[in-house]
Amino acid sequence: MSDRPTLSRRAALRLLAVGAVALPGTTFSGAVRAQGFAGLGTTAEGFAVPQRGRPLVFPQDHGSHPAYRIEWWYLTAVLRGADERDYGVQWTLFRSALAPREGQGWSAPQLWMGHAGLTTPTSHFGAERRARGGIGQAGVDATPFRAWIDEWQMTGTAPPGADELDALRVSAAGGDFDYRLDVTAEGPLVLQGDAGYSVKSEAGQASYYYSQPFYRVAGVLNLPDGPVEVTGQGWLDREWSSQPLEPDQAGWDWVSLIFEDGARMMGFQLRGERIFTSGTWIEADGRATPLPHNALRYTPLAHAQVAGRAVPVRWRIDWADGGLSIETTPVNPQSWMDTSVPYWEGPIIFTGTHAGRGYLEMTGY
Amino acid sequence: MTATALMALLSHWRRHPVQLLMLLAGLALATALWSGVQALNAEARAAYDRAGALLGEAELPRLEAPAGLIDQQDYIALRRAGWQVSPVLEGRVDLGMSRVTLLGIEPMTAPGGVAAADLMGADPGAFLSPPGRGFAAPETIRAVGEAPFELVAAPEVPVGQVLVDIGIAQSLLGLDGRISRLTLLPDQQQGLPPLDGVAPGLHRIDPATETDLAALTDSFHLNLTAFGLLAFAVGLFIVHAAVGLAFEQRRGVFRTLRALGLPLRRLMLLLAGEMLLFGLIAGAAGLVLGYLVAGSLLPDVAASLRGLYGAPVPGALAFRWEWAAAGVAMALAGVLVAGGQSLSQLARLPILAPARPRAWARASARGMRLQAGAAVALGLLALVLVFTGQGLLAGFVLLAALLLSAALAVPLILAALLILGERRARGPVAQWFWADGRQNLPRLSLALMALMLALAANIGVGTMVSSFRATFIGWLDQRLVAEFYVTARTEAEAEALRAALSPRTDAVLPVWFAETTVAGRPARIYGTADHATYRDHWPLIAAAPAAWDQLATGEGVMINEQLARAADLWPGAAVDLPGVGRLAVAGVYSDYGNPRAQVMLGIDHFLYAFPQAPRLAHAVRMDPADVPGLMAVLQDRFGLPGTLMSDQAQAKAVSLQVFERTFVVTRALNVLTLSVAALALFASLVTLSGMRMAQLAPLWALGLTRRRLALLDLGRGMVLAALTAVLALPVGLLLAQVLLAVINVQAFGWRLPMQVFPADWMRLGLWAMLAALVACALPALRLARSAPADLIRVFVHER
Repeated sequence: MSDRPTLSRRAALRLLAVGAVALPGTTFSGAVRAQGFAGLGTTAEGFAVPQRGRPLVFPQDHGSHPAYRIEWWYLTAVLRGADERDYGVQWTLFRSALAPREGQGWSAPQLWMGHAGLTTPTSHFGAERRARGGIGQAGVDATPFRAWIDEWQMTGTAPPGADELDALRVSAAGGDFDYRLDVTAEGPLVLQGDAGYSVKSEAGQASYYYSQPFYRVAGVLNLPDGPVEVTGQGWLDREWSSQPLEPDQAGWDWVSLIFEDGARMMGFQLRGERIFTSGTWIEADGRATPLPHNALRYTPLAHAQVAGRAVPVRWRIDWADGGLSIETTPVNPQSWMDTSVPYWEGPIIFTGTHAGRGYLEMTGY
Repeated sequence: MTATALMALLSHWRRHPVQLLMLLAGLALATALWSGVQALNAEARAAYDRAGALLGEAELPRLEAPAGLIDQQDYIALRRAGWQVSPVLEGRVDLGMSRVTLLGIEPMTAPGGVAAADLMGADPGAFLSPPGRGFAAPETIRAVGEAPFELVAAPEVPVGQVLVDIGIAQSLLGLDGRISRLTLLPDQQQGLPPLDGVAPGLHRIDPATETDLAALTDSFHLNLTAFGLLAFAVGLFIVHAAVGLAFEQRRGVFRTLRALGLPLRRLMLLLAGEMLLFGLIAGAAGLVLGYLVAGSLLPDVAASLRGLYGAPVPGALAFRWEWAAAGVAMALAGVLVAGGQSLSQLARLPILAPARPRAWARASARGMRLQAGAAVALGLLALVLVFTGQGLLAGFVLLAALLLSAALAVPLILAALLILGERRARGPVAQWFWADGRQNLPRLSLALMALMLALAANIGVGTMVSSFRATFIGWLDQRLVAEFYVTARTEAEAEALRAALSPRTDAVLPVWFAETTVAGRPARIYGTADHATYRDHWPLIAAAPAAWDQLATGEGVMINEQLARAADLWPGAAVDLPGVGRLAVAGVYSDYGNPRAQVMLGIDHFLYAFPQAPRLAHAVRMDPADVPGLMAVLQDRFGLPGTLMSDQAQAKAVSLQVFERTFVVTRALNVLTLSVAALALFASLVTLSGMRMAQLAPLWALGLTRRRLALLDLGRGMVLAALTAVLALPVGLLLAQVLLAVINVQAFGWRLPMQVFPADWMRLGLWAMLAALVACALPALRLARSAPADLIRVFVHER
């Protein structure tokens, strides 16, 4: 992890997304052009910068860090319904700061955005919420843990003594769908990089980054056709930083993989002037091994027309040193999040040397 | 052949440049007035659309609090319950050197596709974070000068408004934690908890039932349109006269051309092409003129609309294709209508018909009978429509029938009057004066009809606007009768306010109301105190005996005209009020510009029936001189922001002053229409004077001096103009009555009482006589100065 030259793939996505928060209705490219990373870059002074060796402290660090420019709480879940069909769910809360302070009332310089996604084999539902900080419409408390925007919630339900994120109740709704999930951790938190200090480049850019990849999930999805009981596995990412994005990076392809034997893997490729890949191998007991640059190789196998563009929805991913070669298939090739910054995000099934399920996120197409 | 024929046809205009000038000027003026008015209307309408579209909320329902302001916590509660709403705070505030409407929005939740969002695109942080950033029209920025934050030019923001973040608006308006309204976004989630449970007391207002700015101002625009249309019709008379005369005078040419072998079809095509060419030239000139007219009137129109309705209309005119195209189309249609009759005559003309110049509009006995028949038929149609007409279209047909009937009748009535004059005349010269007038009447009749229409339109529209003005002032008086208005933020504050105000003022009257349903319509019920304020100022259009006593004792209620007309409730009837019971209708009051039902109920009954109604707003009667002092005291003691207090004496003065500017527009249009009519008269007299030599020469030979003859001619023109003006008066009043009692009722559901202003008629009559004098003077002067040789030559060429 430590040799990644840029912020993680989600940092980039989320930076874009959050940068566009105040621009309702603008397109991805419009956001990049009109907003620019320069806009965010100019206000970099004053924001906190992650420091190596500062240990993450829980439950405090489950809450928000207003001194940093960007932050998110990002849950994905691969699910199976009582109807024997595959489903995927996404629940995300982004925070973006205009200035490095918390603030009260309308003058609080904190902006919030929520994304909810629900994928079925035949449909994809997405919704977006936006809110100002300081007025109570959205926020995150560390203890007792709760993250919310409008009526969407991610609320801690862990018993006393356990980590606040060990059990959560998660709910969100869009115009024609809603879901309610209970997630319970079956493994430890995984600190990415150097004990949660995740270096991004030789220049020393970094983020704080940890995950909870071991959730067992049960809940109900309400779809236009009626409710579906679901069970499955979930993955929560927590990351915060103040880093701007490299200008030449047009997008990325990221996967979280949950193997049938209980191991996990995270991997991505950043598509810039040259391809950059990275990842983490996570044992079933939570021990993590970073994968160096070029350890992973991504090969697109099939494209699909999605929202008027060609998106590579099937991939072969090879990790030669680990003896891994898998081919991924989306549950629904049309898993398009038609939000203010649009992107592809949905559940996948993979086979090959290893088999299992996971989540795929692709941006910049 | 075609080219030669064309040259021959066009040579006519070279020999009659004045006629050509009349034709083009008449058409250009008519087009100018029409398109100028259309330009004004288009500009204003575009401004209203902008005002609504800016927030994208014009089409969306919204939530409002009866007390006026919504607690911000209600907004959070609604969002947290899943309701997709976006807050807006609107208020007047002094900014720099100007008073502006501050429009605070929340860009994160504002409806999608919002123009406002694009405005702040480059730097959302600067917009959201104090001191903030405002977006305003360039005119507003100029008017404000220095503001406590950066102002960015944004022409899409209505004039007089400054768009800021809601947080900035709250602090500038002194309304922390308050919201004016919540826009209800489309695509709400299914199965949300009911609104009442989450934020009790908020009312949902659907865009369709809401007072719409465009609807309010429609009456104003209707006046302008009617004016433009009438001016155009008057202009068409000129064109008709000029085209007809030209056809008549070219009969010889037509005959020669036909005899030389030019096919009738091609001749007609050439003539039609000629007219289209004139239409295009005059239409283009008219557009330029119209643009200038509109451009010079727009500041006044804008000021009127802004002052009257708070309608944000910019003072600068933009070129719009819609009215430009409509203007040219009108010019072309006009010239074709005017020339069509002549063309059809030409089609029936025998090739070798005698080329004797015949007065084109010579009224044969049969022609007179036909005209009389048409006038009577149109008059009857108008009469029938008065009783049976339904809808706005019928109203306009009625208007057209009435005017046309009156115009057609004018020459007939004038002829009858001239005969009467002739019978009473003593002496040969006097008898000749009347007889000559009658003989030349047919040639002048079109011009006189135009004059009559112009005068009638002036009287009619003038009466309507003046009635509207008088009504508006009355309405202002009843609505803004108290010297001072103050609204508290909470019930406790209201209580303290009342206690503080009572000893230092004459009366503190409640402005408390509840929303409910009356006779199946959404209605607002006001609790009304028994006070002279109402007894003396509330004009009732229908009342039972001792109406105010009935209201005070709670036996009866007052309802507004809208409810009375819609539910057919008048004094003597009773109305069911939910929670109150069945009460007699004691009176009906006029309530202009309000589309909703309203009821005034005695305050005791009101408090009993609606104990939960907010009691925050108050009207205070006091010495106007003490108002500023009182405002300062309230500001110090209660920290009341200026936005919750208003000194109405000043507001009223400003409103009235602004309203006066409306009349600048009306006056300008009056003068222009009248000028068109004078031009028509002038055109007719000029052409007539050329043909009259043969009639005048014998009189000159009998010993009447040229000077005497010229004076007689002048006098005859003036007499005809004066008679026409007198005839125009009843027509104008009828027109006003139709506009007020038919068109207005059909268009808006309320009737404006007609008020007459004889002083205006006198002024208008003088103007008409002056216009006629100018029109007659030149031909008369020409006659007075004509060379004796010309008169003698008449006998040489005797025909």
